[in-house]
Amino acid sequence: MSNPAAEIPDDGLDEMIACPQCDALYHARMPPDGRRATCRRCHTVLIAPRQGAYARVIALALTVMVLMIGATTFPFLAVNVAGFSNRASVLDSALAFVDGGLMASLAVLVVAFIIMVPVLRAALVIYVLGPLALGRAPLRGARKAFKVSEDLRPWSMAEIFIIGVAVALTKVSDLASVEFGPAFWMFAGLVVVIVLKDGAMDRWSIWKSLDSGS
Amino acid sequence: MEIAGQRIVSARETGLVACRRCARVWPMGRRTCGRCGSALRSRDWGSLQRVWAWLTVGIICYIPANLFPMLKTRVLFSESEDTIVAGAIELALNGNIGVAMIILIASVAIPIGKFVAIGYLAISVARPERLRPAQRHRLYHIVEFIGRWSMIDVFVVAILSALVQLNFAASINPGPAAITFALSVIFTMLAAISFDPRMIWDRDGQGPDRQ
Ligand SMILES: [Zn+2]
Repeated sequence: MSNPAAEIPDDGLDEMIACPQCDALYHARMPPDGRRATCRRCHTVLIAPRQGAYARVIALALTVMVLMIGATTFPFLAVNVAGFSNRASVLDSALAFVDGGLMASLAVLVVAFIIMVPVLRAALVIYVLGPLALGRAPLRGARKAFKVSEDLRPWSMAEIFIIGVAVALTKVSDLASVEFGPAFWMFAGLVVVIVLKDGAMDRWSIWKSLDSGS
Repeated sequence: MEIAGQRIVSARETGLVACRRCARVWPMGRRTCGRCGSALRSRDWGSLQRVWAWLTVGIICYIPANLFPMLKTRVLFSESEDTIVAGAIELALNGNIGVAMIILIASVAIPIGKFVAIGYLAISVARPERLRPAQRHRLYHIVEFIGRWSMIDVFVVAILSALVQLNFAASINPGPAAITFALSVIFTMLAAISFDPRMIWDRDGQGPDRQ
């Protein structure tokens, strides 16, 4: 087996890219705008540049924060049974576990998964990409901020929550009549915006900008 | 993407260590990534221990999650307690077969499938293995992608408990299984995150590349 490392000078290593999932080594080549370079053996997306992506990601992250404020303050769902009615906000759903001792820790987790983590990730991304979009040097701690944002990714569960809402509604539909509040639609929109935001981020380009900027 | 060599080689085979976070490569032996500041490890054998530890607590939490009630429902003066499976059966009997399937898949099939898949992957990288690396890696992708969705049932319980609080008419409250189930999902996610899938590809999938 040939040993390419012997042929690659140390300062050429930043032109190489290794697949984080399977360790396959490539010469980093920027694909054309809007196209994606994927790992040949495990198909992980490695580079996906997009013109004006930073500004778009920031706009989407701001939208996430605004929608989340709306989704947590406006009424979410309401039920009516034989004259009794009750309305619940997103926050109420998360805090449903508060009353019983150990259950309170579950309330903390649910608040984190559906509200705090999505908002925190949006805020971190704005902090990291804001200066880059303006062509300035990254702010202090930007690398750590982006790391935290990436680590939190699997723990952002807004989209799972909205499917949970759908399942819950079929469960109560034979018990009560249900009304959707404005927060329901905001939360549904939020799910779409989060997906678009994460899809528009090219990690390779962002790390590269954070590197040369520091 | 242009491969570095005659065939696809790993950074490790090439005498390089790759950063799993930012994909930058460095000469073998370097400790921290100069681009993103992460710790560098060519292969993290200690990760297997973490995988087994998280997986074990995940499985332990899953047992009470199925024995205790997930929901306590009170309609007028009759009270009922539903475990995950009992709740799904009731839904199916009421004609909501589609929703019953979602619950059974998200709360039973996916968690058990994940336990088996993660355990298999952890065993498979420690010995010569027949299943090809590409297939094992696909299994890992599926486990990573799908694992979070088991959280659906916890959210269903949360929404129902918040919504159905109607004085005498009806109330729904969470049962103890809600917390053990949530913990089981979280621990299993941590097990999947701890796994280092790069080991699947070492020596063409023929066991560990310890040097
Ligand atoms: Zn790969």
